[in-house]
Amino acid sequence: MAQQIKIDPVTRIEGHAKITIQLDEGGNVANARFHVTEFRGFERFCEGRPFSEMPGITPRICGICPVSHLLASAKACDQILAVDIPPAAENLRRMMNLGQIVQSHALSFFHLSAPDFLIGWETPPERRNVFGLIAAHPELARGGIRLRQFGQEVIEHLGGRKIHPAWAVPGGVRHGLSEAGREAIRAKIPEAKAVALKGIECFKEVLKTHERELQVFGNFPSLFMGLIAPDGTWEHYDGRLRFMDGGGNTIADHVDPQRYDQFIGEAVEETSYLKSPYYRPLGYPGGIYRVGPLARLNICRQMGTPLADVELTNFKSMGWGAVTSSFLYHYARLIEILASIERIERMIDSPELASKQLRADAGINRREAVGASEAPRGTLFHHYQVDANGLIQRVNLIIATGQNNLAMNRTVTQIARHFIQGPEIPEAMLNRVEAGIRAFDPCLSCSTHAAGQMALDVTLIDAEGRVLDRVAR
Amino acid sequence: MPVKTLTIDGKPVSAVEGQTVLEAAQDAGISIPTLCHLDGVSDVGACRLCLVEVAGVSRLLPACVTKVTEEMEVRTESERLKRYRRMILELLFAERNHVCAVCVSNGRCELQNLAVAQGMDHVRFAYRFPPYEVDITHRMFGMDHNRCVLCSRCVRVCWFIEGAATKNVAGRGADARIITDLSQPWGESETCTSCGKCVQACPTGAKFHKGSTVAEMERDRSRLEYIVTAREKKQWIV
Repeated sequence: MAQQIKIDPVTRIEGHAKITIQLDEGGNVANARFHVTEFRGFERFCEGRPFSEMPGITPRICGICPVSHLLASAKACDQILAVDIPPAAENLRRMMNLGQIVQSHALSFFHLSAPDFLIGWETPPERRNVFGLIAAHPELARGGIRLRQFGQEVIEHLGGRKIHPAWAVPGGVRHGLSEAGREAIRAKIPEAKAVALKGIECFKEVLKTHERELQVFGNFPSLFMGLIAPDGTWEHYDGRLRFMDGGGNTIADHVDPQRYDQFIGEAVEETSYLKSPYYRPLGYPGGIYRVGPLARLNICRQMGTPLADVELTNFKSMGWGAVTSSFLYHYARLIEILASIERIERMIDSPELASKQLRADAGINRREAVGASEAPRGTLFHHYQVDANGLIQRVNLIIATGQNNLAMNRTVTQIARHFIQGPEIPEAMLNRVEAGIRAFDPCLSCSTHAAGQMALDVTLIDAEGRVLDRVAR
Repeated sequence: MPVKTLTIDGKPVSAVEGQTVLEAAQDAGISIPTLCHLDGVSDVGACRLCLVEVAGVSRLLPACVTKVTEEMEVRTESERLKRYRRMILELLFAERNHVCAVCVSNGRCELQNLAVAQGMDHVRFAYRFPPYEVDITHRMFGMDHNRCVLCSRCVRVCWFIEGAATKNVAGRGADARIITDLSQPWGESETCTSCGKCVQACPTGAKFHKGSTVAEMERDRSRLEYIVTAREKKQWIV
């Protein structure tokens, strides 16, 4: 008899979701789906607000990566004003985004995912969490927590608060970095760098014993997308879009993010509040692509900082053309932490950061604009249309996690097929399915921001698997 | 000038005939919460936050429009007053769409400060979520009806200090709203002098400088006081 297994809720991720696994008559996995069960509605209720409020409203989508929304929104508003922001303001925004990448990635790796492979898949769930990590590897756990703190403090010293700083504004930022803030950040860089290197070393050890995970945790060819600097260097704040295929071939390059909708389509599935973006030229669902650390490292030629570039070379040796195993999201994340710290170190002594010229002023000069930046989880787009006075008419947000939706579904199916056979399913196996999702570090509060017709599909099935009733709208 | 003697919270107070209970209390250093009251313009008793108990009167009286009388016994603090003030604030919050976290006046809002001072930690009434619009047609200022508490301060400064009579109140009850001229977009007003007094007078984030972002709306009430002092006392002092 066909059987359905539910993992509800999926734990150690940001947001609310469940996974359903469909078994066939023989007890083998027929299909697995990742359903996002929370609903937000930001695109709708931002309509009618003055555009200048958007960098204040949209970061409230998320408490983990509010800076990403702050920056993408401020960038869209810069476009509406049609101004080039003062160079110091851009550098300050960049620094905040680097702080954000450090803190968010540290949370994902040390707090949420490391318990799986450092404490062990078979460990009882009560101990397989960050507290278990503190007990088993106190040094590493402390380092991870301190690393996250470092990133959060970079944000705080710049924006005045760790979470939801209303600091980036249309045309620039509100204030520069104080001398005290600069000192405080500089003092913590050596420790942060040491922890990042230790994390990398530790994950390389993990890889030695996780050959199987490397093979089945979402290891498939797909497209990769991200922002990239003009010379092919890793980028996190500005730049153009590059699409690369699973063989490492660039298939679209130097795409202006303003034209994102010519390349990205959005499909809606009935079983999830999460939209499924796809690469338009290949259609749905063939245009499956991945974003985030794995994609950014795949598409770039160099990180642009010495220590991170050494790791990038090692990372790239793990694939032919492109690195395709989603298990290596973790490694890519750690390399990005290192690169971010190195970049903060490089910027920290610049006298420009204390500049007073930080905000450009203008009226409404464009009625439509797209702001794009790299959030920790991947490329984030804020697309606004305003009326002649600057009231928001339409909002479209394309969130990193949504862009990974197709890949996440494929990943859970791949893992479930490998680890689950027959009706008896140990918890440790189900945890591996969840861990496949964790590798993507999804943020569901961010990605379910849209509003409109609720997808609803209720199917009533009897013991023999016959469909008795179905209601759909 | 005849003087009246009264007690406020048991404290003997003397006031000039014609003064309000609120003025007498303020002169005596006793604070009474207010929202629609603004020094320098006439009071209308709209918000009811300054309600006080007066011995011998069963109903509560608004201190801003109640004149002092001889041997009046006023109480500004009691369980009953606390209960009513809290309820009034909750009703104000439930009436329109007040979202402090993303408001231009966050941290500098009189409504927010009152809620904190009165210990309003939640709202017991169902929010109405009315679909109000934002008017940012004016070159310099914006009006967000979602955050308006209908205190009518802007109307009074516009009429009685600036003398432009641009702002007005239209409609009744919960449907009342602040309008510009004959209910037209602010940017199309023929009478508005763009003096900004209404923006300085607003207690919430309803009126703001265009382009303001979260918690960025700073008001300088001293500008209004300067004009009022100059007019009433013929003294040009800051």
